[in-house]
Amino acid sequence: MEAVPHIEVRSLSMAYGDFIVQRDLAFRVNQGDIFVIMGGNGCGKTTLMRALTGLQRPASGSVLYGGEDFWNVAQEDKERMQRRLGIMFQGGALWSSLTLAENVALPLAEYVDLSPLRIAEIVSFKLALVGLAGFEDFYPSELSGGMKKRASLARAMALDPEILIIDEPSSGLDPLTARRLDDLILELRDSLGATIVVISHDLASILAIGSDSIYLDADTHTMIATGNPRQALQSGDPKVRHFLTRGTA
Amino acid sequence: MTNAFESSAAGEAGQTLEMRHVDGDGLLVVLSGRWCLDRALPSRAAVEQALREDVRRLKFDATSLGAWDSGLLTFLAGVLKASAARGIEVEQDGLPEGIRRLLAMAFAVPEQKVTGRSGRDANLLARVGTATMKVFRGAPAMLRFLGEITLSFMRLLGGRARFRVSDMWLEVEQVGPRALPIVSVISFLVGLILAYLGADQLRLVGAQIFIADLVAIGMVREVGALMTGIIIAGRTGAAFAAQLGTMQVNEEIDAFKTLGISPIDFLVLPRMLALMLMVPLLTLYSGFVGMLAGLLVSVFIFDISLFEYYNETLRALELKHFWVGLSKGTVYGAMVAFAGCLRGMQCGRSAEAVGEAATSAVVTGILLITIAASVMTIVYYQLEI
Repeated sequence: MEAVPHIEVRSLSMAYGDFIVQRDLAFRVNQGDIFVIMGGNGCGKTTLMRALTGLQRPASGSVLYGGEDFWNVAQEDKERMQRRLGIMFQGGALWSSLTLAENVALPLAEYVDLSPLRIAEIVSFKLALVGLAGFEDFYPSELSGGMKKRASLARAMALDPEILIIDEPSSGLDPLTARRLDDLILELRDSLGATIVVISHDLASILAIGSDSIYLDADTHTMIATGNPRQALQSGDPKVRHFLTRGTA
Repeated sequence: MTNAFESSAAGEAGQTLEMRHVDGDGLLVVLSGRWCLDRALPSRAAVEQALREDVRRLKFDATSLGAWDSGLLTFLAGVLKASAARGIEVEQDGLPEGIRRLLAMAFAVPEQKVTGRSGRDANLLARVGTATMKVFRGAPAMLRFLGEITLSFMRLLGGRARFRVSDMWLEVEQVGPRALPIVSVISFLVGLILAYLGADQLRLVGAQIFIADLVAIGMVREVGALMTGIIIAGRTGAAFAAQLGTMQVNEEIDAFKTLGISPIDFLVLPRMLALMLMVPLLTLYSGFVGMLAGLLVSVFIFDISLFEYYNETLRALELKHFWVGLSKGTVYGAMVAFAGCLRGMQCGRSAEAVGEAATSAVVTGILLITIAASVMTIVYYQLEI
């Protein structure tokens, strides 16, 4: 018998009113995968992310985490499942009125019964992991774009999530900073054994870290299963090869 | 080459446009000199005029063309479009390589008929209709928000609301002490206006001493709260909407939701409490400043003695007037916070939407204050408070 996949999406369709963004999405993400959702601008990548994280109810279909139907369970169960997700938003989405330490501490204080001292230790450790030791008392507005993204990753990891969902990790970052963030994501997968879903259109990053992938096509409004991005580049669907080679193949 | 027809239009900087009919049905356009946007350029109407006659082919000669920029490109694009519309064959060989490539790029992707966007220039009737439907659709959203806030308050009373008390004190400082200067100025001037208004009318019956009653009761019961409410709607309601709107744009609100932390508890509740605490206090202060203005006007302009005015004020002011003023202040504060937070949470995902949210928060806030003021005034009158 096949093991239950960590994440499974079944015939998922997303729409804004009458406008269908994507339909008939179906894919499985296994434990420890770095699953890349790729596609051009406006193809519905972020909308899919919102359906996976509970921010926007899909028009039809289901999202299953460990076999549990995310959108069709009681609110409490949905919240319990949401706590197993760590989410890094496109712009970081750090809470601007809180310091970095407070940003990372808030989810902990909310769901883990620990003394403030223990929480402060954990917060410092998580910030150190993303290379931001010593920045505990900085406000998000005082950080550069790359630092914000790393801090956001630290917050996403606060509750030691089984699944990290990362929206556009490298957008707005210079190639070296983007590369370091990719390394960090790989390291987290290897050391924590987390399953990682990355939404991206950054080719270098997709090819460097992806172990499985789908391509969302903006013209046909559905997905193309593409498997490992490096193989897709060699022998994948022509549309995907076109995308992965910046239009030269 | 036949020079059957010739026309030229020379611009200021010496750029020239010449047209010659050649080979029977051909038109040769000769461009020379400097064609840049910083000087007035010849209109392409002359060329279009020439195209109207029995021209079948269009050619260019740019051998003596100097510097050029978008001015020339838009001119040529217009000419090409006009030619295409008339089915005239265009030979671009005479144009410089750079211009040909740019024109080819501009015409490479045909103009798209984008559907699915709401028409911006719909007629007045349609716009009125859309706006009306928006108002009616807005009502359930308002009620839902009210319900969420009520639930949040119940969680607060049950000690389960998740908000940081320090956030509330921060808002209290923003709303209270920092609003004192503007509240002082406006209350003083409104008190002064009330005193003059009373003086003018009461002189007719020889009872100018009642200026004290008018100012005291007017400021404490009604005007203090109303003025404070409107000031706070403009000052703080707009700020709330802009803050929450920006958080919406930055996905900060989404980040709360995905963590199962209620943004209402965390963001709306402290702001609501801060205003419900501070607006009544500001109302009280406003009343005193207004009475001070009335006193100064009465003593220095209308020759009422300080002692008389003071006594009359004390006689007029019953405790119930303070309760009325304070209750109104609390309600107005709640209204402003409600409007500001509602519009902020409803904000779209662009910088423009944040501006709209702030504007809308002030309008909604003042509207709600005015409605509440009318209802409460009537109710208190009926209850003889």
